Amino acid sequence: MNRINTKLQEHKKLLSIYFTAGYPNLNDTVSIIQSLEKNGVDMIEIGMPFSDPLADGPTIQASSTQALKNGMTSEVLFDQLKDIRKTVSIPLIIMGYFNPMLQYGVEAFCKKCAEVGIDGLIIPDLPVDVYHDQYKSIFEKHGIINVFLITPQTSDERIRFIDSMSEGFIYMVSSASVTGSSSGFGDVHTDYFKRIAQMELESPQIIGFGISDHNSFTQATQYAKGAIIGSAFVKHLSTEGSTKVESFINSLLRP
Amino acid sequence: MTYNINNKGYYGEFGGAYIPEMLYPNVEELRQNYLKVMAEPEFQEEFNALLKDYVGRPSPLYFAKRLSEKYHTKIYLKREDLNHTGAHKINNTIGQILMAKRLGKHRIIAETGAGQHGVATATVCALMGLECIVYMGEVDIARQAPNVARMKMLGATVVPALSGSRTLKDATNEAIRDWINNPVNTHYIIGSVVGPHPYPDMVARFQAIVSEEIKWQLKEKEGTAKPDYVVACVGGGSNAAGAFYHFLEDTEVKLIAVEAAGKGVHSGESAATSILGKEGIIHGSKTLLMQTPDGQITEPYSISAGLDYPGVGPMHAHLYKSGRAEFIAITDNDAMTAGLELCKKEGIIPAIESSHALAVFEHKTFKPEDIVVVSLSGRGDKDLETYIDHFGL
Repeated sequence: MNRINTKLQEHKKLLSIYFTAGYPNLNDTVSIIQSLEKNGVDMIEIGMPFSDPLADGPTIQASSTQALKNGMTSEVLFDQLKDIRKTVSIPLIIMGYFNPMLQYGVEAFCKKCAEVGIDGLIIPDLPVDVYHDQYKSIFEKHGIINVFLITPQTSDERIRFIDSMSEGFIYMVSSASVTGSSSGFGDVHTDYFKRIAQMELESPQIIGFGISDHNSFTQATQYAKGAIIGSAFVKHLSTEGSTKVESFINSLLRP
Repeated sequence: MTYNINNKGYYGEFGGAYIPEMLYPNVEELRQNYLKVMAEPEFQEEFNALLKDYVGRPSPLYFAKRLSEKYHTKIYLKREDLNHTGAHKINNTIGQILMAKRLGKHRIIAETGAGQHGVATATVCALMGLECIVYMGEVDIARQAPNVARMKMLGATVVPALSGSRTLKDATNEAIRDWINNPVNTHYIIGSVVGPHPYPDMVARFQAIVSEEIKWQLKEKEGTAKPDYVVACVGGGSNAAGAFYHFLEDTEVKLIAVEAAGKGVHSGESAATSILGKEGIIHGSKTLLMQTPDGQITEPYSISAGLDYPGVGPMHAHLYKSGRAEFIAITDNDAMTAGLELCKKEGIIPAIESSHALAVFEHKTFKPEDIVVVSLSGRGDKDLETYIDHFGL
């Protein structure tokens, strides 16, 4: 069974952390993954930097630009991750835009993911329809789970379709925004969270975008299986460096 | 083979809608409605009335006598430079503002490179009394100051794009992010035949008036609706799409797309996407784009801000790949020279974008009986400073 599915069966709320590979320094990738696991994070999204990240706000944009300057590429990332399964056992997901994967070759990319022990992919600009028509069999052949996004504007019908296409979890974008928008949830958000919870989907949901601290994490996980923190952690890395992972995770889980 | 779009939103293998889920409802709403709305008689009536009385259409098809004599062929100029706001861009913004109103949107966003599309968008927003936000790269804001002032005078808010190369590609990224953040009340007026389906097709249809007019104007002047060649510059490719549109399926009419070679195609400072680009995804569309082997989008260069785009519309990618259109790359220097020549020979100061198309005559020999229509996509007022610097005027 894929590590993502095993993790989703645990009777706890899951904390997933996003960071940009190769940031702040090119070779921080592995040590950040290791310390996230050591400090109790359940799942990690490894951001593959892209020159034109359409769905990201300024924090992740800046980290991507820096990571590319540091020399990060698909090839370098896979090389950094080649022994990751010797030390890390939690699910690892690569989150990145479609063009770099297309240039690498979608099949070659999935194969390489399977080789190094990546469990899933999140590709914001690969629509579920295109995935269904062109790439599903390739992902399945290599045992890579593709994670799809839904937003407050996604229709019920499309949510059902996305649910039927999901092998792992559904990435529930908390509000109409790019990453790193303001934190804290009001009635609009909780109404949406409740609406989705009431749909009783097959796939568990994990909420992302706009979650930055213990409070918003607790709020989000009242309605979903887990929550994803990205920009807030990347911001922490930018000010504190890659060695202070523990303090950030402690503030989330053990305030 | 067809050279126009198919029912799935692709030109051959190019096009589609590679967009984040956050944009899906907006783009889908547009996809479901654009053809229906455009087919409404009231829409057509309002669109055509504005093109006539506000834009000043039809734009003349002018026989350039002295230029024709020099190059021993029959050269006609399609005078989009005479449109209100000075370029072909207004054809599309008129169409899209009417579309936005029909869809109940009251906040308009746009990206701009040279500022022509930004001005054309600000203009129609003023005309309709709608809020207008234009994203423009910080670098372009500096090199196109008069257009920034125009947009402000027209009531638009100009927001600098500070990411990446701080030019057109980054302005487009910022506009897309704005749309993600404002999914309900906002319409994004894309200025070229780029972006996710249905944008390339919708913009091409709004620009198609250009080739529609060429056909009947040429019929009046030459007794034939068919030129031998249609020549247009291509950045994203909207003026070329308009000039080619009604000739796409008629292969007796040869199409020439002129790209910006910058300081030379292989100088590292170029925007000749068809030669330097590879298949990939940019701004929601599968097309040819300039990128690193790792799939990072690279920074193009051209003296002309309007051609300084690392991708090309999917229609043009298909025209290139299928061989339907001939693609020529023209350097900064050759374009500037051709621009100055038009001033001296015909008394017309062209936009530097259009000057690239005019440079075709130094690079290709036409027969004396050939009828060559060149899309004069814009006027050169906005480029005076660049002309002054280049020629030390």
